[in-house]
Amino acid sequence: MAAASVAGRGGVEVRLEDLRRSYAGVTALNGLSLTLAPGELVALLGPSGCGKTTAMRLVAGLEEANSGRVMFGGKDVTGLPASKRDVGMVFQAYSLFPHMTAGQNVEFGLSLHNVDGAERNKRVDEMLELVGLSGYANRYASQLSGGQQQRVALARALAIKPTVLLLDEPLSALDAKVRSRLRDEIRRVQLEAGVTTLFVTHDQEEALAIADRVGVMRAGQLEQLGSPTEIYTRPATPFVAEFVGLTNRIPGTVKFGMVEVRGMELPLVQRDVPTGPGIALVRPEAVSLASEGDSVPGPLIGTVIAVAFLGATSRVTVDLGDMIVMAQLPTAQASEHPAGTRVRLAIRPDPVLIARDEKAPPEV
Amino acid sequence: MNRSRRLKLQIFRVIVLLVMGAFFLVPMGAMFEFSTRGNSATAPRTLEAWANIIKTPDLVDAIIASLELAAITSLAMLLLLLPTMVWVRLRLPRLNRIVEFLCLLPITIPAIALVVGLVEISRWIRINISDSILMLFLFYLVLVLPYSYRALDAGLAAIDIKTLSEAARSLGASWGIVILRVIVPNMSSAILNASVLAVAVVLGEYTFANLLAYVNLQVAIAYVGLTSATTSIAAALASLLFAFALLMILSFVGRPRRQRGVISAGKTLAPVQLVPAPPRTR
Repeated sequence: MAAASVAGRGGVEVRLEDLRRSYAGVTALNGLSLTLAPGELVALLGPSGCGKTTAMRLVAGLEEANSGRVMFGGKDVTGLPASKRDVGMVFQAYSLFPHMTAGQNVEFGLSLHNVDGAERNKRVDEMLELVGLSGYANRYASQLSGGQQQRVALARALAIKPTVLLLDEPLSALDAKVRSRLRDEIRRVQLEAGVTTLFVTHDQEEALAIADRVGVMRAGQLEQLGSPTEIYTRPATPFVAEFVGLTNRIPGTVKFGMVEVRGMELPLVQRDVPTGPGIALVRPEAVSLASEGDSVPGPLIGTVIAVAFLGATSRVTVDLGDMIVMAQLPTAQASEHPAGTRVRLAIRPDPVLIARDEKAPPEV
Repeated sequence: MNRSRRLKLQIFRVIVLLVMGAFFLVPMGAMFEFSTRGNSATAPRTLEAWANIIKTPDLVDAIIASLELAAITSLAMLLLLLPTMVWVRLRLPRLNRIVEFLCLLPITIPAIALVVGLVEISRWIRINISDSILMLFLFYLVLVLPYSYRALDAGLAAIDIKTLSEAARSLGASWGIVILRVIVPNMSSAILNASVLAVAVVLGEYTFANLLAYVNLQVAIAYVGLTSATTSIAAALASLLFAFALLMILSFVGRPRRQRGVISAGKTLAPVQLVPAPPRTR
């Protein structure tokens, strides 16, 4: 198997301990601690300026931390320069060396690691095969598409059998279709190689689809670290709830560990929220619709103002007069409520988070 | 564009080419005509003045010295400027403006003023290091900075130097390897342009050498002109043609065999174009 030469090595544990970094008084990382299990893929997700790229650059050795440690397999690599860290990295910008062919690009790192000629050629062929570009060894970067360039960059990064693979928004320069296909391919290659991987992205869909665990970052700190399901269904903070996936912000009143929104009582994720007014964060999937004339009881009545077709599901936007609520329904159900019809809303009594009454975090 | 407009444009181009060609070739033709005159108005044409070039030992020595100086200055310029500019761009971008200002400064100061300031240093070098004319390269280095800086700056701007160097570093490359195996091959045109400009400046330099009492090509031509006007003109024309041929060879030999664009964040950028040679610094 093509990946055999990489997979044999297995991953190592990567630990980031209380990393801090600031630029001219502006704090980019404020005590980030994170442990990646051997062979695990962790995605760092967050809005621009949250410190995720800084964290990756500190792991790569491209920048120095003000304090804190980076450990690879129990070994402290904090003081090592990038060239000595044994990491493979794929960048957001196309980073193939333009004067070299795809094969020479993959070979570049191997020549620096003193791999002999025959082994080098074998490894180049294996890596290009691994990323599905066997026949492209003699092509220059300018003769490859964006997706192909990123695949060669991935092959180049993996060819040196890195201790850690770092992916810095490698898909963001690609169009949606190529992005989705390459995302799956990166995951397949990473699993075959078994290399511990840190993936930085601002695209929540990408992070949730590819990672074993997702770390949501905000203002240089890790807001929540968990499996994609956990991050989406049990967000630890209002920021995570609002940053990951769509969320309805429905005003209500908190009392006795519950929140009352328009006559409905919903349980709280955090029971210690003080009594008083608050904003309940409700996922669109938790909202269901019924025609106004149906017998389903519900205090929330409004008019459908838009139906967005998303494939298997559709997003229905309902105007309640003083606020807008979104519901995500199977497309067949959504088609029963075209724009202009009056509907009743019902909210599934899932535990919800309460946000302070302030503006949502900036969109990315 | 319609046909008649295209035709007019074509005619305009040919006229510009002819005028510019005449501008360069008529003086050179006049030089050749003068250099082949006999001793009297009725004497037949002769190539004696051209033959005198190789018979004049000082002139041959000066040609060799100027060529050596051109090579040394180009090399020293690249060794000094390229790593500095790469380092400043990658690690100290705040210093970019200062480095640019320092490099462009010599162009704003007349050569005569520069050389007055350098006389004492030249004297110290002659006494303590070497009396060789090749030591002039230290001063020529200052002289070529503005031209070479501009050429290299254009080359560096055409590639995503930060991403390429970080990619190379992450693959285990030292800074030396990053510069030699990643950056230099991707800006070969710019390096060539910088070198060509340095060669052109050095081969045409007169003021520094003359005032610091060295005999380079231009000084030797001036000396020969004192005793034989025709030989002096023949040597001047020969040096012009030689410099032209040398620069053409350099630009053809050094250019990549296959035209390749440089990729930067998904864009294909045109390779850096050859910039025109600076005027003679006499």
